[in-house]
Amino acid sequence: MEKIKIDDYTWEIPKGTKPGMKVPARLITSKELLDQLDEGVVEQITNVACLPGIRKYALCMPDGHRGYGFPIGGVAAFSLDGGVISPGGIGFDINCGVRLIRTSLTEDEVKPKLRELIDILFRLVPSGVGSKGFVKLSRPEFERLVSEGTPWCLKKGYAWKSDLECTEQGGVIPGANPDSVSDRAKKRGLDQVGTLGSGNHYLEIQKVDFDEQCDRSVASVFGIDRPGQITVMVHCGSRGFGHQIGTDYLQSFGPAMKKYGIHTNDRELACAPFDSPEGKAYYEAMACAANSAFVNRQVITHQVREGFSRVFGKSAEELGMNLVYDVAHNIAKIETHDTDRGREKVIVHRKGATRAFGPGNTELPEKYRQVGQPVLVGGSMQTGSYILVGTAMAKRLTFASTMHGAGRVMSRAAATRKIRGQQLRDQMEKQGIIVRAASMRGLAEEAGFAYKNVDTVVNAVHNLGISKKVAHLTPLANVKG
Amino acid sequence: MGHFRIIEEGAFADFEFEAYGDTLEDLFTVCGKVMFEVMTDISKVEPSREMQFNIKAESVEDLLFSFLSELIFLKDTSKYFFCDFVIEIKERKILHCISRGEPIDRDKHELKTDVKAVTYHKLEIKHNDKGYHTRVILDL
Repeated sequence: MEKIKIDDYTWEIPKGTKPGMKVPARLITSKELLDQLDEGVVEQITNVACLPGIRKYALCMPDGHRGYGFPIGGVAAFSLDGGVISPGGIGFDINCGVRLIRTSLTEDEVKPKLRELIDILFRLVPSGVGSKGFVKLSRPEFERLVSEGTPWCLKKGYAWKSDLECTEQGGVIPGANPDSVSDRAKKRGLDQVGTLGSGNHYLEIQKVDFDEQCDRSVASVFGIDRPGQITVMVHCGSRGFGHQIGTDYLQSFGPAMKKYGIHTNDRELACAPFDSPEGKAYYEAMACAANSAFVNRQVITHQVREGFSRVFGKSAEELGMNLVYDVAHNIAKIETHDTDRGREKVIVHRKGATRAFGPGNTELPEKYRQVGQPVLVGGSMQTGSYILVGTAMAKRLTFASTMHGAGRVMSRAAATRKIRGQQLRDQMEKQGIIVRAASMRGLAEEAGFAYKNVDTVVNAVHNLGISKKVAHLTPLANVKG
Repeated sequence: MGHFRIIEEGAFADFEFEAYGDTLEDLFTVCGKVMFEVMTDISKVEPSREMQFNIKAESVEDLLFSFLSELIFLKDTSKYFFCDFVIEIKERKILHCISRGEPIDRDKHELKTDVKAVTYHKLEIKHNDKGYHTRVILDL
């Protein structure tokens, strides 16, 4: 399909390129990344542009790659009045996201204890197929957990008060209703709280470094104040609970689409009008899954603090283990944006994309309000991650959204043909990265070469200005699900 | 009998495969086995215990989606790996399955990558004189 250059980092596929497109599709990417872009992404983002009630553009971020339904990296906003909500625009892993915990420790202090530390974290945070968490819950308690989100953790002693304000939306999506969630989903989720999962999920000990483009004054507002400072990044989501909700509603939206006369180019784009009973029920269930994911990452944080505390013989408070921020990158949220119809409330779907609120947004905690929202980009295990900051430009161009990770360039199957898990582990150890993996095959699937160069992707969003570089995080040790 | 092929150029973050079977039952059996092969080496799973379930669906594609989704649900709630399936399908809409396998044992079973869900993306079951064919994407 023809792509028209709008500026150095924006390419448009005009409305009319594909029958049924209601708005243009826009690829946020550099020329270099565009040349490598898989046509499947273009096919998928133009399918999104056909959905009812979509506003302005269907967008794909520079880390975008082919998925199913929406591409990964897809962002789309739908009117609350006549627009849709789509489980396929969120993904099965509802509120898959990233959080970053900072410490007052330095690389020199951590290096001698790194192996001990990663071994203890591997034990404290269960990972891989079939794992169970340590939190024992009755069904009513689980329902309270998914209704209340992170504040539930505060009551139970798994959170610090400051963790709440440093979690997107305070760690609770309003409107969660467990009655809209199937028994099957509750059964699946009940014993998985505090588990990492598998696939690309991980827990990583990292060290901070800065390049000349990083804004160190913003970094110090985030509590990141020197090179070599140790941070811990957690990437995971809502586990079986969210996956089951996605599955249940994908099935029930089939008949709903017939009822409302909606046709899509891909069944995985199943959707229902946001203001219909079906749409409302999915939103209520999705909010439960999102809350459970916030809780999951919070309980893992509790375990990480415990692990560090045991190894260093100091309390987590003494070790300065504050949460920098927690972002959701698979979610739909009600936000106010300027669209082609003026200022309106829309439901923004982000599937493999991060919210990037700029300075002054009143939803941000007071301590970050002057600089903007921390954006956490989880790169590959080998190449590192980034802290960025949200901007006013993102609000104007991309419904306050930006990238979420490096973005795959190779399938899992192809990656495992190129390298074996053991070989990769040895390679990483030589590079100075210790790995503990629940699955050696899963490790090979996540090899650095299976991803785009994260620096190139970050440069695209930085240069366009939809988020700005704050710090780079180099992996030192990784627990891989 | 049935067989399958992994589609390497498929959904990058997930697992895409094509499956073939002489009968619908063969096709479903292959899909079930492939799905557990993604999660473990099923040759190490013993069919020592069994679970049974029934599914009704509006179409044969929905039946396959629900069948695989049920196995994922059973894997998560009972913590079992399955390796063998005895399937009976009536009128392309009703399925009875006996799934055989055993509880997940990390000392015995290699853990590979967990399957989160089945997707509807490109899900279609075709039939010709050689038998049945489908393409499935599993979300990992």
